[in-house]
Amino acid sequence: MGAGAFAEAGADLELVGISKRFPGFTAIEDLDLRIPAGSFFALLGPSGCGKTTTLRLVAGLEQPTAGRILIGGKDVTNVKSFKRPVNTVFQSYALFPHMTVIENVAFGLRRRAIKDPVAKAHEALRLVELDHLASRKPQQLSGGQQQRVALARAVVNRPALLLLDEPLGALDLKLRRQMQLELKSIQTEVGLTFLHVTHDQEEAMTMADTVAVMNKGEIEQMGAPEELYELPRTAFVANFLGQSNLFTGDVTSSTGTSIVVVVAGIKLEVPKERAQRHTGQVTIGVRPEKLILHTSAPTVTPGTNTLGPGRVTDVSFSGVSTQYQIAIPGIGLITVFAQNMVFGPVVNVGAEAWVAWTVDHGFGLLDEPEHTPKFSADTDTAAIAMQTRRELLAEIEDD
Amino acid sequence: MRFSLGKWLLPLYAALALVFLLIPIVYTFVFSFNASVKSNIVWVGFTLDNWLNVCKAQGVCAAFGTSILVGVVATLVATALGTLMAIALARYRFKARSAISLLLFLPMATPEIVLGAGLAAQFLSAGIPKGLGTIIIAHALFCLSFVVVTVKARVASLDPALEEAGRDLYGSPAQVFWKITFPLLLPGITAAALLSFALSFDDFIITRFNNGGVETFPVFVYTAAAKGMPPEANVIASAVFLFALVLVIISQTTAAARRKRLAKIG
Amino acid sequence: MAFAAFGSNANPVEQAPRRKSWIAWVLLVPGLAYLALFFLTPFVSLILTSFQEPVEFGDVGQFQAAFKWENYTAVIQQYWPHFLRAFGYAIAATFFALLISYPLAYFIGVKARRWPLLQALMLTLVIAPFFISFLLRTLAWKQLMSDDAPLVTALKQLTILPADGHLTGTAFSVIFGLTYNFIPFMTLPIYTTLERLDTRYIEAGSDLYASPATTFWKVTVPLSMPGIVSGTLLTFIPASGDYINASASFLGSAQTQMVGNVIEANFLGLLNYPAASALSVLLMAIILVIVAVYVKRSGTEDLL
Repeated sequence: MGAGAFAEAGADLELVGISKRFPGFTAIEDLDLRIPAGSFFALLGPSGCGKTTTLRLVAGLEQPTAGRILIGGKDVTNVKSFKRPVNTVFQSYALFPHMTVIENVAFGLRRRAIKDPVAKAHEALRLVELDHLASRKPQQLSGGQQQRVALARAVVNRPALLLLDEPLGALDLKLRRQMQLELKSIQTEVGLTFLHVTHDQEEAMTMADTVAVMNKGEIEQMGAPEELYELPRTAFVANFLGQSNLFTGDVTSSTGTSIVVVVAGIKLEVPKERAQRHTGQVTIGVRPEKLILHTSAPTVTPGTNTLGPGRVTDVSFSGVSTQYQIAIPGIGLITVFAQNMVFGPVVNVGAEAWVAWTVDHGFGLLDEPEHTPKFSADTDTAAIAMQTRRELLAEIEDD
Repeated sequence: MRFSLGKWLLPLYAALALVFLLIPIVYTFVFSFNASVKSNIVWVGFTLDNWLNVCKAQGVCAAFGTSILVGVVATLVATALGTLMAIALARYRFKARSAISLLLFLPMATPEIVLGAGLAAQFLSAGIPKGLGTIIIAHALFCLSFVVVTVKARVASLDPALEEAGRDLYGSPAQVFWKITFPLLLPGITAAALLSFALSFDDFIITRFNNGGVETFPVFVYTAAAKGMPPEANVIASAVFLFALVLVIISQTTAAARRKRLAKIG
Repeated sequence: MAFAAFGSNANPVEQAPRRKSWIAWVLLVPGLAYLALFFLTPFVSLILTSFQEPVEFGDVGQFQAAFKWENYTAVIQQYWPHFLRAFGYAIAATFFALLISYPLAYFIGVKARRWPLLQALMLTLVIAPFFISFLLRTLAWKQLMSDDAPLVTALKQLTILPADGHLTGTAFSVIFGLTYNFIPFMTLPIYTTLERLDTRYIEAGSDLYASPATTFWKVTVPLSMPGIVSGTLLTFIPASGDYINASASFLGSAQTQMVGNVIEANFLGLLNYPAASALSVLLMAIILVIVAVYVKRSGTEDLL
């Protein structure tokens, strides 16, 4: 990339056979990834899945043990990070404390001898609505403001590829929502390629055109957010992105369009085009919000799967919806999200209830059931938050 | 991954720098075994005699003993006064706080020769004869600031919630201090005391101006440098060095072992 | 233990100000009294003595209170080369000490972070010279640089040194000795600040197109400024008042005398207390001016 030249638009990113091994463990093994130019791409996964390592490999802050990295078609695997047309918004912002905000933003421009660095830096600050704080030092800004300065500092360089390392993690909910929208609008306005790394599935789904779910150094599934959500391919994706009700059973028969799986003696239908495997023991699932809660035995209709009766074991109100947990003998606990159309819960704890769902809403997973725990809730975002909270408390107690 | 020469340049430099730092130490140590007669300049031959009969040379052991005595007393004085001041400065807010901090900083910023000459002038005009007492007074003075700095850092890192808990659990102020505050401060106080002793033991310039003939170990070395250094001086210096080195190594390894144990539990 | 004097790695905990500040005074009074008696008053003594005049028909070393300005002018006239030399050598030693210590401190504090045991070992070696009497250290260098030692003979053979040249007794050896003795003083404060340096700033610099050299000068050095300032002060101030290295018994000669040497000579040899005091006061005053200007320029407020 010539000094002084801005990228005209974002560039493609291609990772070919990337592996990164550290002494003692392998972070990434044989990863292939292609991000088209101009897209907003999210790399989603739990901590330790390798997503931050991938980001650092693209930025040039780490060297891959094997494989190649191509930006805009050019092989940059051996190019040092300060020569790559890539900028990072760091999780900790890493704003230079000894420089003012404007100097921070102008830093990259000066290194590349771009003309009028200060004017361009002001422009970038106006983009994030912080031009009035240009002569402050980073320590004098709030977390949200620092994050925006970090963004301006990266964006002002019009890099071919902008990397974001969980930049919204330290912000409160409202500010995070605001920043999500801003990031998305900046990306489309300037036309850069964004690679956003996060463990927040809601964030990924809101902002990204394409989401890749990463687990243990591999990409489990990649596609548009809706696709990933409505048609997860593995149990990990099904549980990491939102919640799922999963059932394991044998395929006993199949029609032209769907397979029939017997779970605890009950026949459940899944469309063939939504099932990854059509024979043997399979795990099928359905999203909690797709389930309809019945307080009396529903009539069996074609095109609908029904389970029940069971007992309501938990009712949790969360504003927009209520989460019901129903224990169905032979099956286990079923989770239902019901939008609160009326005041108060539809059923109470202890009541009898049935659940039903349209066959088209079900999905079948790729996993071999031996490896699929029935309800592995450990990797969903709520559990991650609980774990992080536990770790933070332990840390505070240790001091 | 290619082998880059640049990566090894800095570690190599660091290693050379450390070797450079150690050269005089090794030299002193080696020459402590020199079977020299008058001056310890030319290598004559190897002997253990210097180590076995350290006190044979005139004045060496006496000087060493004086240095130890001065060091211990000055350390006690400086540590006691300094700890009190450190607690006051770190814990309490009062108007003269920054002025007193500046006052404490000044002795550290004053060249030793000015401190030494000043004290000597003072003792002269007050008619106080120079001797062991004036040496101790002088040493306690310049150690005081270092003690305050060291202990203050330790006090500042102490969680006041611990003492509040002590008071909450019916401890009187004296009990809270001796049973909670003091034990927690002890590592800092010990570090300050060791630093103070080290500074006192090695001090020459201030001592020379205020000793009135009393020989501490550095004073002995200085006068011997002109006349002819007995190798026993090297012996003492090497022994002190090894002792200090062992102390530091022990404290580092126990601290590291403690960290390892805590890491396993946590 | 010595590290503690140069900076604390512990973060201060939020302390609520106490209302019973009389306790503070009780704690402070003993120390303050000691300082007042043995630090402040000696300064006053020094100033007063510098104005004294010899007692008429008195013995050598007998002086009385007076207001003899001429002491100062006499001392400046006679000893201005020594002042020049003292500050010259001190600045040179500070410069070289910084040059030598910074990479060392950088290696220990930044590059060696992954191996805390190695860090501890290296730091121990850095402060090891403290454990051996600095007089003997300096004497060792004198012997090693003396005319009969292998180093000088080798240099003469390589014609780096002329046949009749010597290393000891020169400005070179004095500056060398000063530099050597103050390397630990320079290394430790710089190490303390570098140890706390967040390497993510270096990564950010690299991410923003700064080459390693540029990142070093624009990010690392400014962020380690507090340590550099501490180190240079801790080196320059004692070095300017030093007289051991410059003394003829050690690495110096009659041509390398610094202010410290003449203060010693006047005070303990000639018993010319007013002259020695005047020299001390001048030395202290010049140092204060230099330090004030330096600290103001480098902008670090919190020295203690």
